[in-house]
Amino acid sequence: MNTVFWRSVKGAIGVFTAFGFLFLIGPLFVIVPLSFNAEPYFTFRPEMLMLDPEAFSLRWYENLFNDEEWHRALFNSFFIGICATILATTLGTLAAISLNQSNFPARRTVMALLISPMVTPIVIVGVSVFFFYSQPFIGLAQTYLGIILSHAMLGAPFVVITVTATLAGFNQTLMHAASSLGANAWTRFRRIQLPLISPGVITGGLFAFATSFDEVVVVLFMGGLEQRTLPRQMWSGIREEINPTILAVATLLIIFAVLVLFTVEWLRSRTAKQLQPQ
Amino acid sequence: MERLKASSLALPLIAFVIVTLLVPIFSLVRLSVYDSTVADALPKTAEALQQWSGTDLPSIAVFETLAEELTTAQQTRELGRIASRVNRILSGSRSTISKTPRRFARSDEPDARAAFIAIDEDWGELDIWHALKQATDTFTSRNFLQAVDFRLMPDGSIARMPETQQVYVTLFIRTLGVSIAVTALCFFIGYPMAYAMAHASPGWARLLLVLVLIPFWTSLLVRTTSWIVILQQQGVLNDILVFIGLVADDNRLTMVHNMTGTLVAMTQVLLPFMILPLYSVMTNIPRDLTKAASSLGANPFQSFTRVYFPNSLPGVAAGGLLVFILSIGYYITPALVGGSKGQLISNLIAYHLQTSLNWGLAAALSVILLVGVMVLYVVYDRFIGIDRMKLG
Repeated sequence: MNTVFWRSVKGAIGVFTAFGFLFLIGPLFVIVPLSFNAEPYFTFRPEMLMLDPEAFSLRWYENLFNDEEWHRALFNSFFIGICATILATTLGTLAAISLNQSNFPARRTVMALLISPMVTPIVIVGVSVFFFYSQPFIGLAQTYLGIILSHAMLGAPFVVITVTATLAGFNQTLMHAASSLGANAWTRFRRIQLPLISPGVITGGLFAFATSFDEVVVVLFMGGLEQRTLPRQMWSGIREEINPTILAVATLLIIFAVLVLFTVEWLRSRTAKQLQPQ
Repeated sequence: MERLKASSLALPLIAFVIVTLLVPIFSLVRLSVYDSTVADALPKTAEALQQWSGTDLPSIAVFETLAEELTTAQQTRELGRIASRVNRILSGSRSTISKTPRRFARSDEPDARAAFIAIDEDWGELDIWHALKQATDTFTSRNFLQAVDFRLMPDGSIARMPETQQVYVTLFIRTLGVSIAVTALCFFIGYPMAYAMAHASPGWARLLLVLVLIPFWTSLLVRTTSWIVILQQQGVLNDILVFIGLVADDNRLTMVHNMTGTLVAMTQVLLPFMILPLYSVMTNIPRDLTKAASSLGANPFQSFTRVYFPNSLPGVAAGGLLVFILSIGYYITPALVGGSKGQLISNLIAYHLQTSLNWGLAAALSVILLVGVMVLYVVYDRFIGIDRMKLG
C-alpha cells in the first residue's frame, strides 16, 4: 500500500516534469511547421494536419529571400555581431587571463564591475547609451560604431566568465616550464596558453555573438533605419503587421541556435578532455 | 614587473566598461536631477526671478526681459522645449508661453506687463511665474517625486499626485509582483526538471540538457513570437481547446496581450536560468545521502524535505536570484505580449523615452530600478559569488 502510494506520487511528479519540458521546448516546435503554411494564418488548418502537400509552401521563405529590408537586416546583424564579438572576445580574454592571477588587486570588485552589463536591465543600458551617445560632442547615436560598442560591452561578461572557467583547469606549471626553456611572455601566451584555453575563448565568443545577434533594445533606442538588425526587423514585424514571414525568420534562427548549441557543447567536451591530467 | 604587466591586461576591459556603461549611467543619473534647458535659454529672466518676492507680480522690467528672451528663444527654436518644461510644472501653461512671443510683436499695449496680460490673463496670475521660476532651477527633485507619485507644486511645496495620476507606485509594485510570481513559477516548474536531469541515465541527461539549452540559445524574439502564435485568440491553444470542446468557438480565451501573456512567456523564457544552476548543484549532491536517510527510516517525503532539498538550496538561491534580477528589468516580452495590462516598469521607461519625451522622468524611473537591481546584485555576489555563475 505504502509503496503504491509513493509510486503514484512519483508518477504524478514525473508527468508534471514531462509537461515542464513540453512547456519549455514545445513553443519552438509549433513555429517550424507553421512557417510552411500556404495561407497567411498563424494556426494549423485541417489540411495541414492531414499532411496535404497543397497546404504547405515555401512562399514565406521566398518572401524573405526577396525582401531588401530583410537582406539589409541580415547583413547588419552579422556585421555588428562580428565586430562586437571580436572586440568583446579580445578584451574579455585579456581581462580573464589577468584576473586569473592570484594576487590580482580587488579581484572581487573588478569582477563585479566587468560582469555588471549582464545584469543591468537592458532598458537602462538602452536609455543611458541613447542619452550619452546622442550628445553632440559624441554623436554616436544612429551609427554602427555606437551599436557595436554597446553590444561588445554587453557580450564581454560572457567571455570573461567562460575564459575564467577554462583557466581554472589550466595547469600553470606549463607556463613555468616554457619560461625555463626561454620563452618570453608573448610566446608563452601564444604557443601554450591560448591553444589550451581556445575552446573557452571560442565559447565566450559565441555567447558574445549570440548576445549581439539577439539584442533589440539598444538598436531600438539608438539605431537609425540604416542600422536595423534581424531582431529589430522582427520587432517591427510583430508590432506592426504580423505576417508569417516572421515565422520563416524564426525557424531559421532556431536552426542557427541549434548549430551554435552543438558547437558550444562540442567545444566543452574538447576542453574537458584536454584539461584532464594525463 | 611581470606581475604588474599581467594584471594590467584587465585594464582595457575595465576602461571599456567604464566608458561604455558607467559614464552613460552617470549621465543618466545627472539627467534625472539636472535640467538646464530654461536656465540656459532665459538667463536674464532666471536671474531677475531669483530676486523676485513671489507675493506680487514681477516688475515691468522682468516682463520686458522675458519678452526679449522668449523672442530670441522662438528664433532659435528653443521655445517649444521651454514651454513643455514649464507645462510639466503647471499644466496648461504650454500654450500661454508658446503663443506669447508671436503675439507680443504685434501688441500695441503701453508696457510689457499690460501686453502679456492682454495676450493671456494667466500672465497676471502668480502661478505661472512660480512655475517659470521653478523651471529655471537647474537641479530639481521633480522627477524623483513624480516617480513615486508625488509632485512639486509651482510654489515649491510637495503634494501627492491626484489619484487618477498615481501610476508609478502601482507599477513598481506590479513589477515586483510579476518578478516574484515568475521566480516562483520557474522554481516550481524548474525544480523537478533539474532533478530529472540530475538523476537520469547519462544518455537521457544529455538529451534533457539539450532540450533546456535549445530554448536558452534561441532568440528571445523568436520565443516571444511563438507565444503570440500559441496564445492568441485564433491561435494554436485556443484551436485545441475549441476542438476538444473545452471552450466555445465564439468564446475563445484571451491569453495574450494581457498579464497572462506576460507571465507565461516570461516564465518560459527565464526557466533555463533557474534549471541550469539547480542542475549543477544537484549533480554534486552525493547519492548516498538520501539512501542513508531511508535506511534510517525516513519515508521519501522526509528524506526529500530533510536531506535532499536543504542540500539543493544553493542552487535554488542562485537560480532564484538570477531569475528575479532578470525579470525585474524585463522589457521585450511584456512589450510584445503584455498589452496595456501586462506592462512593467521598463516599458514605461521606454514610453517616456520614445513617446512622451519626458526624459527626466524616464531617467528618474531608471535610477530607481537600477538601485533596486544593484542591491540584488550585491546580495547575489555576497551569497553566491559572481565568479561562480555558470553558463549553459
